[in-house]
Amino acid sequence: MSQPQHKDYAGAKLGMWLFLFTELFLFGGLFLLYATYLARYPQDFARAGKGMHIVFGTINTVILITSSLTAAMAVTAIQRNDRRRVLYLLGGTILCAAIFLFNKYLEWSSEIGRGIYPNSPRLAAGPPGESVFFSLYYLTVGLHGLHVLVGATLLSVVAWRVKKGIIHAGDYVLLENGSLYWHLVDIIWIFIFPLYYLLL
Amino acid sequence: MSEQHHIISYGKLISVWLGLLFLTALTVWVSRLDIGVGHVWGSLAIASVKAGLVITFFMHMRYEGRLLRWLLFFALAVLAIFIGFTFFDVLYR
Repeated sequence: MSQPQHKDYAGAKLGMWLFLFTELFLFGGLFLLYATYLARYPQDFARAGKGMHIVFGTINTVILITSSLTAAMAVTAIQRNDRRRVLYLLGGTILCAAIFLFNKYLEWSSEIGRGIYPNSPRLAAGPPGESVFFSLYYLTVGLHGLHVLVGATLLSVVAWRVKKGIIHAGDYVLLENGSLYWHLVDIIWIFIFPLYYLLL
Repeated sequence: MSEQHHIISYGKLISVWLGLLFLTALTVWVSRLDIGVGHVWGSLAIASVKAGLVITFFMHMRYEGRLLRWLLFFALAVLAIFIGFTFFDVLYR
């Protein structure tokens, strides 16, 4: 006798949200570190912030917001049983993730070329606040970049399963959870952008 | 499936996206103004509105039940307590 397959849609989504809250606290801790050091070294932070590439930051913000739009539209498309469009939209999100990471590579290369990286001789010789600013910048943005990589991988797996017909209009919680994860990555960046690129 | 799922139209999602782009332009513009410490609060306020838009529409929170809404409220309240109580210490040392 075959057992009916048990599906708990609300439970799957609740689990995802609980995981997202732990991610929120992970990055929340890093933002708290930023805020307390900003209170201690306001002048050093202002000087360090002037050295950031605001153009890269702005372009990457627009790219991530757009990738979130296509991820959200993919959920609408699967609900309307338009699998072809789901694949295009998820492809758009994954492409945006790749462009984001490529920009990050160019940005970090330029910064490392100028002698700005954790424990570099230039930062070690400079004021302590600047060194803290860039250490936190590399840690926070690096961890965020890792999340972009994980999210893009997750959405690739989801797209593959949509193509295979495992995810369809009647059972799409994996797509919805993948999209939720992607939006969290977007939200984290929405806070990183003003704090590191614009504030000072 | 027994549950009813709300479908958000493409048009609505695109309007939210346009709103997010506008707020991004606004936050860059505000950062060029010479308003001192107002930058910090202005930037954080705009970022919070953007995050709110993403959570409400892209993440479907507007159409979720009471459980998820309260959990989100609780998580944000805990985060605010962490940050607020740390600053009671840091600012008045």
